Amino acid sequence: MVEMKQWDGFEGRLWKEEINVRQFIQDNYAPFDGDESFLAGPTEATDKLWGALQKLQKEERAKGGVLDMDTDIVTSLTSHGAGYIDESLKDLEQIVGLQTDKPLKRAFMPYGGIKMAEQSCEMYGYTPSPELHKIFNEYHKTHNQAVFDAYTPEMRLARRNKIMTGLPDTYGRGRIVGDYRRVALYGIDFLISEKQKDLNNCGDGTMTDDVIRLREEIAEQIKQLKGMKEMAKIYGLDISEPAQNAKEAFQWLYFGYLAAIKTQNGAAMSVGRVTTFLDIYVERDLKKGILTEEQAQELVDHFTMKLRMVKFARIESYNQLFSGDPVWATLDIAGIGVDGRSMVTKTDYRFLHTLENMGPAPEPNLTVFYSSALPENFKRYAAKISITTSSIQYENDDVMKPVWGDDYAICCCVSATQTGKEMQFFGARANLAKCLLYAINGGVDEKSGDQVGPNYAPITSEYLDYDEVIKKYDVMLEWLAGLYVNTLNLIHYMHDKYYYESAELALMDTNLKRTFATGIAGFSHVIDSLSAIKYAKVKTVRDPETGIVKDYEIEGDFPRYGNDDDRADEIGVKLLRTFMDKIEKHHTYRDAEPTTSILTITSNVVYGKATGAMPDGRKAGEPLSPGANPSYGAEQNGLVASLNSLTKLPYEWALDGISNTQTINPGALGNNDEERINNLVSVLDGYFDGGAHHLNVNVFGKEKLMDAMEHPEKEEYANFTIRVSGYAVKFIDLTREQQLDVIARTCHDRM
Amino acid sequence: MSVVGKVHSVESFGSADGPGVRYIIFLKGCKMRCKYCHNPDTWADSKNVTEETAEDLLKKAMRYKRYWGKNGGITVSGGEALLQIDFLIDLFKRAKDENVHTTLDTSGNPFSMEPEYLEKFNELMKYTDLFMLDIKHIDDEKHKILTGQTNTNILQMAKYLSDNGKAMWIRHVLVPGITDDEEDLKKLRAFIDELKTVERVEVLPYHTLGVFKWKELGLEYSLEGIDPPTKEQIEMANNILVK
Repeated sequence: MVEMKQWDGFEGRLWKEEINVRQFIQDNYAPFDGDESFLAGPTEATDKLWGALQKLQKEERAKGGVLDMDTDIVTSLTSHGAGYIDESLKDLEQIVGLQTDKPLKRAFMPYGGIKMAEQSCEMYGYTPSPELHKIFNEYHKTHNQAVFDAYTPEMRLARRNKIMTGLPDTYGRGRIVGDYRRVALYGIDFLISEKQKDLNNCGDGTMTDDVIRLREEIAEQIKQLKGMKEMAKIYGLDISEPAQNAKEAFQWLYFGYLAAIKTQNGAAMSVGRVTTFLDIYVERDLKKGILTEEQAQELVDHFTMKLRMVKFARIESYNQLFSGDPVWATLDIAGIGVDGRSMVTKTDYRFLHTLENMGPAPEPNLTVFYSSALPENFKRYAAKISITTSSIQYENDDVMKPVWGDDYAICCCVSATQTGKEMQFFGARANLAKCLLYAINGGVDEKSGDQVGPNYAPITSEYLDYDEVIKKYDVMLEWLAGLYVNTLNLIHYMHDKYYYESAELALMDTNLKRTFATGIAGFSHVIDSLSAIKYAKVKTVRDPETGIVKDYEIEGDFPRYGNDDDRADEIGVKLLRTFMDKIEKHHTYRDAEPTTSILTITSNVVYGKATGAMPDGRKAGEPLSPGANPSYGAEQNGLVASLNSLTKLPYEWALDGISNTQTINPGALGNNDEERINNLVSVLDGYFDGGAHHLNVNVFGKEKLMDAMEHPEKEEYANFTIRVSGYAVKFIDLTREQQLDVIARTCHDRM
Repeated sequence: MSVVGKVHSVESFGSADGPGVRYIIFLKGCKMRCKYCHNPDTWADSKNVTEETAEDLLKKAMRYKRYWGKNGGITVSGGEALLQIDFLIDLFKRAKDENVHTTLDTSGNPFSMEPEYLEKFNELMKYTDLFMLDIKHIDDEKHKILTGQTNTNILQMAKYLSDNGKAMWIRHVLVPGITDDEEDLKKLRAFIDELKTVERVEVLPYHTLGVFKWKELGLEYSLEGIDPPTKEQIEMANNILVK
């Protein structure tokens, strides 16, 4: 057993025998079931720093979305000198460390793809370095190039026709949450010695591909751990040893995260489940009398401020997929332990309180692990913050805990992974709506006319027959699932090879569990289309020259998903099962466990643009509904009927998450604040007790959105944050197209 | 056997018609002809009616029980729900068997002190946790002009509920120039003060969201040109009525 002086006052043994942060938390945290009255407001330093940062954010907007970027330094842990929010205020910063040498300046990250790194510079008027161009084209290959070298013509064609979209072949796959807490609890030296042991124990001497790859990976991880120490030294700090107080715990943990965001520009760069862990340090210092509540809140505020500053250089097509510059610095709050104790601590309150101290913000992506069994005080405080800021999302701890235990974290929007023990291969999504059109048109793309899918016999009848459509859809799904999984296999092989996440993985176990996250787009439209074909009459409208079905006419009424009508909802349940069964048939890279999500993020707009008219009446080019949301205008029986439809989708079949976003007019939620809080808690209790997985809660009226769209310059909209499928975003940062899409969605209003 | 009701529509999520989160059932048929009615499509009980038994309807509502928390439940509104009192009794009796909180949203217009009617009404009171009584106007003459009906029996109903210890909320729709006269509001408050079981008084600001329905039904909307009350007007009414 190891003993370190910094652990003085901490209980437990097992976490001293091995790296085991979960055990440390369980042995030491103090559940809190009081109310928010203990919370402290922002300190003067917080106000000053946040003021300076807001000024920079404004400048960034004025400059078209990018304040500054590197063009000739390849980012690494030690590529930049120290950077601060404001040089003149740097002594006020409790938590230090920036991705580059200046605030909001974006680093040059070529390993995902030199082409994209250069495009992102050019897009904002910067000239990328010709020297780096030469290096990464002539001497060193990047991920994107490698993937395209190996793609088959079929993969390229399917990708071009957007039946698979948003694949991580032009950007970092992200979704790996390093256990950044390890830096604080153990210090880097201990972590290096443990990794060194793993390297010594790796393999039995027989050099299989797996052993060789893993040995090289561990060596890379050790290099990064050493680099983290150097990185901290740039800020005058030594992280070789464990953190000895709360301030160091926040700082050490942040350095772990900073190492990740300096070296990777993954789509999602989550922070993880850190609140309960950090609270242990805060409590110890409070008890010792070396920290006040004001100082504790200041640490949380300054740490959070850093998470509000994470930036990556992105390309146009990425921005269209994931609009508003999100980074998914997802940070998890609350939940209930396996032993039944609430994991809510005062620090969980403190993180929610940042939205009051510094106003609403899209990052960090604050995620509450919800259960009706959470302390009533906490549920009410979270509901209150939701109502005033629309900045938090809720995920059902009761359905996730049996699968992932009580130390899982969300690695993006809705996807859980066990912290430090598991990583996922992110796989974007397959467009199942388009696949239905391929089934009808015999594999021919309804927009391009290309033969993308297999040349199966198309449907030739004037009216669609349910049984015939189902049969044809089944075989077309079979094809798509196979192609999709294999495309992802290839992508992840190359990502491991050319853009391996050594810093994040250095802070995780050497032998990891891996999940293989596929995804579904167009969920509600497939359900409604099949329901229309089954319960109404759907007539095909063909292109007179090609015979391709271009549009549909519906005669009669049909049940739609989102009304708690089993006739429609059951189609969705079956669709999910069918797709998953087909995915599971295939070999996955590194024997990862296949999962799927019903989550589109904001890519529903891009997918919709590429998808022809559907038999449910959706017109060609219109956005698909996001995630697992019902289609626009489908919800006719009110909010909780819609929520009930979602509760029918088994989480166990979609372990990568089922995303639902709802907007409620404040007036429809209750007559006053007290009623609104109580009613929102009732709705959340009912929804999650019913077994649903996720809910984004927005509380505002349509009028506010329309005004913000027309008058983005108004001060009140500078930080106006809304939840979209899977993340939060400043509304004025969305493209106009996406703003219109958000406005078009159902807002549950007072009757 | 379960009584069949004439239903206009249902809403799974209501938060304005009674305490907590509620399942709202709108029944068909109303004899009042309030000039500001935002649901004139519920007046007639012959067209666009869904017939459902109390048993089936409660079963549908129960799908949402877990959203109701500690104080939510079901509310029956209209139209004028009291016109279907047999159905109400059946529905609420069944609801109480399931321990569901019941609220009746009514104008009180069908109420009468006739012994035959009271017998049924007494039965209904047993199963109704909360009455939300909408008093359109305290002045009978003005009430007649506004609704086409007298308010005598409506005020009688309020007293009757009070005498029988039944909890109620009193609601008043505020229409500038029609129901916002200060003296009338004070009279209304004086009347409320005589009642012993009023838990809450609500001022509902007049809105024009239902005007399009009048046009769809080919009816002339006589309040054209009247705007919703201003913040100040609402505050004035709140000061008098809600205190």
